[in-house]
Order: sequence, then C-alpha cells, then structure tokens
Amino acid sequence: MAEREQKKKPAPAREAEQVTEAPPKTESGEKIKAELDGLLDEIDEVLESNAEDFVRSYVQKGGE
Amino acid sequence: MAIHKVCGIETEYGIVLRGAGESNPVTASSLLINAYVADLERSASASSKVGWDFEDEMPGNDARGAAVGPAAPPEVETHLVNAVLTNGARYYVDHAHPELSTPECADARSVVVFDRAAEAILVRSMAAVSRSLPEGHEIVVHKNNSDGKGNSYGCHENYLMDRATPFGRIVTHATAHFVTRQLFTGSGKIGSEAPGLGVAEVPYQLTQRADFFEAEVGLETTLKRPIVNTRDEPHADAQKYRRLHVITGDANLSETATLLKVGTTAIVLSMVEDEALARDIVFRSPVQAMRQVSYDLTLSRPLELADGTTITAIDVQWELFDRARKYAAERGLESVGAAVGAQVLTLWEQVLTGLELDPMSLADRLDWVAKKRLLDAYRERHDLSWGDQRLAALALQYHDLRPDRSLSQRAGLVRITDDEEVQRAMSDPPEDTRAYFRGQCLKRWSNQIVAANWDSMVFDIGQDPLRRVPMMEPMRGTKAHVGTLLDACATPAELLARLSA
Repeated sequence: MAEREQKKKPAPAREAEQVTEAPPKTESGEKIKAELDGLLDEIDEVLESNAEDFVRSYVQKGGE
Repeated sequence: MAIHKVCGIETEYGIVLRGAGESNPVTASSLLINAYVADLERSASASSKVGWDFEDEMPGNDARGAAVGPAAPPEVETHLVNAVLTNGARYYVDHAHPELSTPECADARSVVVFDRAAEAILVRSMAAVSRSLPEGHEIVVHKNNSDGKGNSYGCHENYLMDRATPFGRIVTHATAHFVTRQLFTGSGKIGSEAPGLGVAEVPYQLTQRADFFEAEVGLETTLKRPIVNTRDEPHADAQKYRRLHVITGDANLSETATLLKVGTTAIVLSMVEDEALARDIVFRSPVQAMRQVSYDLTLSRPLELADGTTITAIDVQWELFDRARKYAAERGLESVGAAVGAQVLTLWEQVLTGLELDPMSLADRLDWVAKKRLLDAYRERHDLSWGDQRLAALALQYHDLRPDRSLSQRAGLVRITDDEEVQRAMSDPPEDTRAYFRGQCLKRWSNQIVAANWDSMVFDIGQDPLRRVPMMEPMRGTKAHVGTLLDACATPAELLARLSA
C-alpha cells in the first residue's frame, strides 16, 4: 500500500503536460512522446505493487 | 449462394483467487458465476436459474466422418455451474475456467457488442463475488489465452456453414486465412512457450496461441491442437448445416481486432461456399507457418508453399482482401450483413496498409501493437530486458478485467461499440437470430422453463409431459419472426398452443 502511494507522485506532472498539449493541433513527435509519458505515469500508478509475485504465481490449468 | 454466416465467440477467461493460499480454479469459477446469477436474482431484472440442457450435445462427432483416428472425444461436464442468460448467452464453468459463449449473432459487429457485454458480465461477477469473499481474498479474471508457463485456454469462434460445401475445401482456405490473419488477431506475448524456445529466441510475438498448435486438422482442442478443428456439432439442422468451430484465435481486448477476426473469416467462408477464391494457397508446413508468422515482427519473412514458391503473410491477406472486394462487388455481402461487410472491408484495407507501412501506427487498433507500444516505452524508461519480470507483469495486466487495473483500457484503443448498447446486450438478446426467442422467453417466463440449449427449450406448463420446442433454424425465431407472437401471449401455455396450431 505504501508503495502505491509513493507512486502517485508523477500525477501533477502529467496534468501540466496535458495543459501544454491542448492548444496546438499538430501531431508532433513531442506530443506523442508526452502522451506516452503520461500513460507510463498512469501505468506506474495502476501496476500491481507486488506485480512480480503475481506473475510468478499466475498459473492456469489448460482449457478448451 | 452462401448461407448466412451466423456467428459467435466462446471465451475461457484466466482466473485466480488471491489471498487464499492454495486456490482451486474450478471452485473459484463456480463461486464467480453463482455470485453473478445470485446478483441478478436480487435485482429487478430477476430470472430464476435455468439450467443447460445437454440432450443434444455431441462434441465427439468428427466433420471428416466416422473413425478417422484414435482421438479421445471431448467430454461434456454436466455437473458444473451452467447458466443461460436472458441475452441468449451461456455462462458456465469449463474445465478450470469461467467461460462465456455469446448468443448467436447475425454479423461481426454484433459479435463485438456481445463480446464486450461478456466482459462487462465478468466485471460485474467479480464485484458480486467480492462481497461474499473473506477479507483479503479476491477473484481476478484475465481475458487472455496463456499463463506464460505453457498452459493455454481458448477463445473459439463459430460460423454456420452449408453442409453441402466439401469439408476439404473449407480446410484448405480456412488454413490459409488462419495462419495469416494472425497479423491482426494477435494479442501479443513476451517469449515463447513452444518446446525449446524462450524469451532469448522469441522476445515478443504477435499471438498468444501460435505456440500451441501441433496439427493441421483434428478433433482435439486440449492436446495436439489442430489449426482446423473438426468438431461436427451444428446445434442446428444437421442435414443442412455445419458449424465451423475455430480454435486458432486470441481473445482480443481491441474491438477492431475482434471485428476483423470474425468479419474477415465470415467473408472468407462465404467465398469458400460460393467458390469465389481464385487459387488454393497451401503452405508446405502450416504448423510451422503458424509460428513463423507469429514470431516475425518484421512481417516480411516469406512462407513456403507446397508448390515450391513463397509468399509473405501480408501478401496472402492482400490476395484474400482483393478477392473479397471483387466478391462484394459481384455477389454482394448479404451473407455477412451488407453494411457490416462493407465496414469490415474498409477496416481490413486500412489495417493491411498500416501493417505494411508502419505497424506501430496501429497502436490504437490492434492488441499486439498496443501492448508492444506500452512494453517498448516501459522498457526504455526503466532500461529493462525482455526477460524482466516487471515487463511480464505489465503484459499480464494488459488483460486484467478489473477496471482499476486494466491496462488495455488505458491504451487508447479505438471503440466501435458504445457503452449504452453494451449495457443493453448484458440482458437483451440480439434481435436478428434465434437467440431472440431464447432470450425473450427467459426474460418473460424463466419460472416455467426447465432447461435451454442452443437448439431447443424445454417448458414446464404444469401438465405432463414437459414440452420441448426445437429451434433448428438459427435465422428463425428473430424479432421479425416471433416478436408479435411473443407479445400476444400472456403465458408460455398460450405460446405453445399457438406454436403447435
């Protein structure tokens, strides 16, 4: 839980980027990169804090 | 003339019970589905539990005829949870997974709507079951096809076909399409689960499923999986129809991918029925070609054909697309729904063009590209190798259905459906197939329905014996066909009297 709260830090930076992105309508490489950075910040927030354990223990039975 | 390509998708979802130490996936799946059914019963749109009727299930029948080999026919597990929903779908425990089969749909777009509704049903099921689990326990559902450790589960499609079409011809053309449509049907996977291969040899591949196919044609679905499955169980008039049961596809989160997967396949199968395909494209080794396409991120390696020539997967798709466009112009696309058929052709061309020019331009359309874009960016930011567990975690969470965890929902994928129609499809059946009759009867009279399955319903109207209503024509029982009749009947007894009059 503590770990997740720490990871919320990048959020304000993302909001700032969105503001600067809004006016120009050009699909510049910079804009795409900024969007991706914002998305990565969001992913850092929602990724399971114990993601690696989760992957290791993720075992399914075959189906069909 | 090709018959109408009635179609649907059955998806087995990955499931884990967290916080409980040892967890039994069969129990977890039962808890999940029972919680959903109980939740429905509590709500206003209540329906009592209607069971599945196994009378006509024959999954061991083989499309190639009797006695083709020592294959063990699949078993039908009748003792596990099995619910029929008012939208015409079947929601049940299959092996160790929750599985949802959409109702019969008249076109690919309708399949996308009901596949989305299926996801929403699983999401509501997770919420419902969480209220009855002990503190700290959680059931988590993923829409994927492999656990990354060699275990796979399926996302199967079904298409209604004309019994008169020779099965061998279906095999030839379906194989060419199944091997090459992976370019847009893949949901992406880190590494390989094929024997002797791993993340060093295959850092990332297009599909979740390619590693698991070992045969060209066969009846099995759980071992020695074939590219063309021969299960011959039409759930309809067997003299007129067959149902092609397709097991090669990935479960998609992208609506574009689902629309193209089902839409292009329906068109190709219509062309097979109408003999509209110019030539047979036969791979020297279809099983090898399946993996080669999935492993080739350059999308350009030539595949060997049986006649000694070679062709790339994209060129096979362009050839099928060109034929389809010609077929649409000359014969029309009524068999797949004219408007949806046109939508599929447009998207098909856009996606093939995108794949040829710059696959990454399709990050908002295709799952394997959307996922790769996230993985590439994350790798770069944290300087990770493809074998890093954090990347594996991100890749798994792409498929997580929990709204607060799902990464595919955050990946910017283009929508084809809207929320309102998806919401409606959780409880209302499609209006243009026999699923309408099934769903509407369940909505109105579930207390007097003893059992239901794809091609019949059994009513108990208070007098012996029970009455079975056969539904052997998938395109009858539509709203246009029975809507007025259903509205005119106050009770199922009245309905049965009118039907037999």
